[in-house]
This record gives sequence, C-alpha cells and structure tokens, in this order.
Amino acid sequence: MIPKKSKEDNVAKRIELNVDGKAHSIDADPDMPLLYALRDDLGLKNPKFGCGLAQCGACTVLVDGQPVRSCVTPVDSLGAGKITTMGGLVKDGQPHKVLAAFIEEQVPQCGYCMNGWVMTTVSLLETTPKPTDAQIEEALTGLKCRCATHVSIMRAVKRAAMA
Amino acid sequence: MNTHPNRRHFLGGAGALTVSVLMPGHVAQAATNGLEKRPPLDPRKLASYVSIQADGSAVAYFGKMDMGQGTDVGVAQMVAEELDLPAERVLVLAGDSGTSLNQGGASGSTGVSHGGATLRNAAAEARFVMLEMASKQLGVPVEDLTTANGVISSKSTPAKKVSYGELIGGRWFDTEVEWNGQIGNNLSMKTRAKLKDPKDYKVYGTSAPRRDVAYKLMGTGDFVTDIKVPGMLHARMIMPPVAGSVPTAVDEASIKDIPGAKVVWEKAFLGVVAPKEWDAIKAMRQLQVTWSEVKPPFPEQKDIYDHIRNAKVVKSGGEGKMLKEPEKVEEAFKQAARIIEATYEWPFQTHASMGPACAVVDYQPNGTTTLWTGSQKPHFAGDGVATILGIKPESVHAIWVAGPGSYGRNDAGDAAAYAAIFSKATGKPVRYQGMRNEGTGWGPKAPASVHKVRAGLDKDNNIIAWHFHSKSFDRLNVSSNESKPEDLLGGQMLGATPKPGNVYGTPAESYVFPVKQQTWETIAPLLDAVSPLRSSHLRDPLGPEIHFANESFIDEVAFATGKDPVEMRLALVGDPRDRDLIKAAADKAGWQRRTEARKQRNGDLAIGQGIAYSQRNGTRVAVIAEVEVDMKTGKVRGKKFTVSHDCGVVINPRLLTQGIEGNVCQALSRATHEEVKFSKENVTSVDWETYPILDFTERPVEVDVVLINRQNLPPTGAGEGSMRPVAAAIANAIYDATGVRMRQAPFTPDRLKAGMA
Repeated sequence: MIPKKSKEDNVAKRIELNVDGKAHSIDADPDMPLLYALRDDLGLKNPKFGCGLAQCGACTVLVDGQPVRSCVTPVDSLGAGKITTMGGLVKDGQPHKVLAAFIEEQVPQCGYCMNGWVMTTVSLLETTPKPTDAQIEEALTGLKCRCATHVSIMRAVKRAAMA
Repeated sequence: MNTHPNRRHFLGGAGALTVSVLMPGHVAQAATNGLEKRPPLDPRKLASYVSIQADGSAVAYFGKMDMGQGTDVGVAQMVAEELDLPAERVLVLAGDSGTSLNQGGASGSTGVSHGGATLRNAAAEARFVMLEMASKQLGVPVEDLTTANGVISSKSTPAKKVSYGELIGGRWFDTEVEWNGQIGNNLSMKTRAKLKDPKDYKVYGTSAPRRDVAYKLMGTGDFVTDIKVPGMLHARMIMPPVAGSVPTAVDEASIKDIPGAKVVWEKAFLGVVAPKEWDAIKAMRQLQVTWSEVKPPFPEQKDIYDHIRNAKVVKSGGEGKMLKEPEKVEEAFKQAARIIEATYEWPFQTHASMGPACAVVDYQPNGTTTLWTGSQKPHFAGDGVATILGIKPESVHAIWVAGPGSYGRNDAGDAAAYAAIFSKATGKPVRYQGMRNEGTGWGPKAPASVHKVRAGLDKDNNIIAWHFHSKSFDRLNVSSNESKPEDLLGGQMLGATPKPGNVYGTPAESYVFPVKQQTWETIAPLLDAVSPLRSSHLRDPLGPEIHFANESFIDEVAFATGKDPVEMRLALVGDPRDRDLIKAAADKAGWQRRTEARKQRNGDLAIGQGIAYSQRNGTRVAVIAEVEVDMKTGKVRGKKFTVSHDCGVVINPRLLTQGIEGNVCQALSRATHEEVKFSKENVTSVDWETYPILDFTERPVEVDVVLINRQNLPPTGAGEGSMRPVAAAIANAIYDATGVRMRQAPFTPDRLKAGMA
C-alpha cells in the first residue's frame, strides 16, 4: 500500500527526459512512475502497465542499456539517463536483431508482455553476445508471459544470439 | 510438413527485414479502399461476409477474433482456399460491430470450426457468383471456367479471362444468401457452390504467417490500452476490502488536492476519474471511504473442499444411458468383485491476464456511443454497454482492439461496463484500466471442484461399471456472454441480480464400459453478487480438472489391475481415431511399458513418464509428460511433452504447433502452480507473488508435437483441446517417478512432500 500523500506532493515539477534519442520536457509529479510519463505524456505505446509492482516486466525500458521497470521508477530519478523503449529499437523502419528474431519466431500471442522479454534480451546480448541456456534463464527469470509462449521465447533469444 | 515460417512477405533483399506493420486502423482503411459505402450488415446478404477489393484481393468480415493464436490467419486460409487466392490476398477484419456480424466472438475454440466455416461458405458463394458473372461477360459456359490466383479463365480458350477485381472489385456483392436464422457461434449461411474437394487443397496445410506480430512488437499498432479520445478521462475503481461490503460514506475532500479528480459513486459502484492517469491512481489510493460491516462471506481456504462436499445441491445432470435410473448403476457395482474409487480436488483458478482489463467508452446519448474493448466478445460487450447505459444496442459501435491477454471470460467485459458507467456519469469519454489486484483478484474464476470416480471390476479385472461424478460451483455464475448487466460487476454493483447458469460438464473420451455413468452436481455461489469468486469460463472450461480426475483414475485402475496405462487406454477407447492418436503419442515419446510406478532416479531427481488423453468437441489430444521430481524439495519440473493432436484437417501446421506449445505451458502452469488463495473476507491472490505462474526457468525443454492431419474431415478447433489432458499426464508422470498419487492440484512442493512422507 502506498502511504497517503500530503498536498505538496501533488505539485508538478519540470522534468527533462531523453527517450529513444529525443529530448522531452514534461511537467509532472516527481514521484510519478516513468511509465506514465512515457505512455500518458509522451504517447508512447510500447511500455505496458502489467502490475505496477515490478513483478512482471511488461513496462520494461532500458536506461543506459540496463533493463528498468518503469512502473516503479520515479520519473524524477533518471537524471540524464538515456531511456530506450521497445519502439526505439526500430531504426529507419528496421527492427533491432532481437525484435527481428521475435518477429520471425512469431513469439507473441497477446503480445502484452513483450517489452520485458525483448528489452531484457537486448541488454543480455550486449554484455553476453553468445549466452548459454543457463545465462539466458538467469537473465529472463521472473518475467511473466501469461499466454505461456516460453518455448517460442527461448527459440527467439537463441535466434537473436546467432544473428 | 512445413514447419518453417512463410518468408515470402517477410524477408526482403539482402537480408533486410521488410515487415508488415499495418495497425488495425490502417487495415480497416485499406479494406474500404475502392469500395462504396458499406450496405447495412445483414446476415442474408453475401456482402456482410465477404467483399472483393479493387485490386482483386478479398476481405472477410469475421464476427469472432483472434486472441493471439492466429485464428484470423486460419480463417484467411479457409476463405483463400475457396476463392483460389493465395492466403496473403485475403484480409480478415475481425471483431468490429460496424463491419462484421455477431458470430459469437472468441468462444469454445469455434473460431475456425464455426466462424471460419461460415466465411468459407461465403467465399465459395462469392466464387460461384463471380463464375456466373464471368460466364456472361466472356460468353463461356460456367462448366468451361476455372479459377486460379484471382483470375477466371476458359479451360478451352485460356486467352478468355477476367480477374475478380475487373468483375466486381470495389463493389459490394448484391447477392442474397440463405441464413440459418442464428446469431452467435451458430450463425451460418448456405452456399449454392460445391465446396472444394480436399484433394485439391492448396492453401490448407501451409503455414501462412501471423499478421499481428510485427505491430505488437514494434509499437506501430494499438492495444486497447493505447486508445486515446480527445477530452478523455482516466478512471479507476475502488473495490471493497471485504467482499460484499458497500461504501457508506465517501470523503470527496480527501482527493481535492489532485488536479481534476472526481468521485463517481452510485450504490455499490465507487470509482474516481481524473484527466491524467497517474492522478486517477493517486485519487484511488487517497480517497477516504467508509465501508459497511458485513459477515465475511467465504469459508477458510483449507475447508473449501469440505464446503463443496457438504453443500446443498442446487442442480444435477450428466451423461449416460441410466441417468434417470441411478439404481441400475448401483446394481452393476453390486455385481462387481472389486470396486476401486478415488477423489480428486481442483482449486479456484484465475485468468490473471498479463494486464488488467481496459476499455474506453465515449457515451453519446443522442448519437453513436463507441466502445473500444479487448473483450473476447465485442458484439456482446457492446450490447452489455447498451443495457448498462439504457440505450438501444444498435446505437453502440463496439470495436475490438487487442487486449492484455484473453483466455475466456476474464475482466474485459467488466471493464467495458465500468467505462460506460463512468462515461455516462461524467459526460466525457472515459478510459478505465484495472489495477493488478483487479485483474488477478476480481476477475471471474474457474470454479473449485471435487470429483469422485468409481470403477467396478469383475473377477478377471475387467471394468464392468464406471461412474464419474463432479460436485462444484456452477460453471457460469456469470455468463461468458457479456450482454447483460447481471453478468457484469458494474451491473451487479448497480443492483442487477445474477442469474446463475447452474450447469457443469462431464469427461469427453470414447472409453467403452458395459455400464458408464457421468454425473454432476452444482452448489450455490459463496457470495451472490459482486463476488471475486464468481465463476465463469477460463480456457478449456472444466477441461483440466475433469480430465485430471478421469485420466488419473484410468491410471489408478491400470496399476491396480496390473496393466500398462497405454495398453489399457488402447483397449478401452471405442473410436479408431483415438486409438491412432494414443499410439502416435506413445510411439513418438518412446513409451516404456510398465505395470507399476518405475521410480527411476538420477541422484535426487525422480524421473517419470505419464500419459493422458481426452476429446473436445471432436478434437482429440494425447499427451505424454516427462517430469523430474526433486525428492529433496518436492519440486516438479515438466521436462518434455509429446503431444499427438487430431483436430480434423490441419489448416496451418506452424500456428497449430505454436498454439499447442502455449497451451501445454499454460496447462503446466495451472497444474503445478495455480491456486487462488482467499481469506474469509476476500480473495488474497492479487498479484504475481500471491498467484504465481510458470517461470521461464520452469518451461519444458521440449514440446514435441505430432499433428495427425485428417484431410477429409472438417476442422474441429484447436484453441483449447491441448490444454485439457496435460494436468493428468503430469500427475501420472509424478506417480511413475515417485509412486505418489496426486489427487489435489496444483502439484506444489508441499503436496509432493506430504505425499512422499
């Protein structure tokens, strides 16, 4: 349960964000999770509200290359951090190799969880280009896929690692 | 068999990816290019089912939708087959009450078997009509005409030809069809054409690619959560801390510091709205509410199965020749030399879709009200919004947009009703999305159940009498059809009284016993209205639990009589297709004959293999599970699943295979993890910590699928059949590994350890 707030907490503050290579400036409650800045203020569609509790990964973005759960990250805590959303993995209409692998493997059913799997895989392959199965499991454990496409996800991660 | 993706429209030159990123709105726009204004939807008009665009491609108007298994692609292939078009030249527009008839929405795995079959008939009729048109235009008898790739040509003079686009592209068919008078799943129309001979199939059996994958990954299309309407407010519900309590006082001043936040309160309906989403969430958390004191409505969780056993029976039913003469069944048991019986228990389970449901409603009292919904039944959800708002159903335009997961009657319909109530109360378009606790805790539940199975054996161990009996809550406290206020939480909060369906179900298999009885009893809900434990349909409703019991018990009888589980099933099934199916799974998995638990060990790991099989509306699936049980921790890992699958003709082997993989993994999750927890006051499974599901590290290493293609038989649906036998196969594998018989799900480490103690 979130503690009750006092009135002064609802005062908006000017906050600068660097998202998918673009600078943005918004007025927001500094405690507001980044997710709402991305979705509500910037109108970006990829990060999803899944749980608001950092338990599922549907809201995952990269901040300076690291996967972050935007649903619990205060919007004022990012400083000059470079934020990348799943949509930011598309350059000139061409998807990043991880997105391409997930598309080729036709991974998503409902597709609502994909930010967690894709963004975490992008981060994994940056540091570990040829991961073992155990390294893939270590990176992806805890993420949720309710349609249970886990077998397809593993195929896609391996495909991306070979690309 | 082609199990590789169709890459023709995927991989461009030099390895560059060129993918279709059309979003649904663009698809809709593309579909009306070159077409005059659409005539009113009427099931007696061919134009309501199919049209030809100016470029000669076809559009099928599908009154069901795909929830991510590729149903729309299968339907496109069925339509393409009858029109002699490649699959990619058929666009399927789904789930919009403005473009498609109400074919019942996603329902009971009927997307292909019913919805697709109707559109296939329409496609055949369209081809029939175009052949007649071409005959006149070319001066060639119909018998001399042939179709290929959207072109009609003369067999004797191939130079005489005309394309579909030239014949009717951009215009609507003006053809009356014979409609069967039904709306929903059974909506059907007859065609004058002879359907294509299965030996001539070109599009069936190919793996056309999914159409929604790229936009879902690249963010180029909308989910329902992405819909924004000018002037829209965000809404959140305030749910009661104790189920059954209602707000008695609301301190609106407690949220007055939040910009634009307002309370919407009528009877038991209480929520907040604000222009910014985060502000709506803050208001939800900050609002001070006084709730009525009520008696806690639920039993202790540990007592739930005793509650079911002891509860008064509301309704009973079943299958069997002696349903009205149960005493004759008992006489047969009296003849038995030996009776074996066992009881199995299955918990409440919940949809817990990936995101809580969302809907947007723009209420226009004097015009068209628009609903954007992720519901599996948008036409019906639109009707529900109309009744909630007190307006005519035809004044609601329901638009399906991909939602955050759907496996049946989840929280999506409730979201639509909430958004409607908020929109009417505020006079603004309103977007409602639930919080996690609403998606997991307040969504409809698959009901908990108790199943008792008895077999009477003669002195030679032949089964002479068989009785399967279930006792449970009604499978439909709220209907899966979302058109009535009493079936929607918002409607119940405003006073609508639920009318339980009082129905249940029986096992589906072809076992032949001299006396075979399958019965059920339903009991009253624990709380009549606004209950977080109200029951409704979750993927393969009742299938996992009923067949967990039935198929576990077959194994119990096999081992009690010194028989091998596969041989016993082969001897008992009465349908040759089921025999082929079971053999196919056993052969592929390398089934090892056994007449008792083998208890194989690899260090601390006990290793076992188990089989189960079941039918579902003509589809049949056999599963052989291979599990590891950690004897120290009691943890079960489903390592490998071999699935033989017969759903008639196979339309798209790759998508079918992937759908089966998903079902197996979701079924593994339900069998090993999922149990809705509750206190006497409320459901306490409210997030992923309190309602754990399968983790990536627990996924099967392999799902090996054997598709049995019955080219000459109609497709009977594949959305859910492979969910059904998995839990039983796992339970039977656990027994083979450990000698412990699981009779209560889920198969958690605690239950395993209790069994091994």
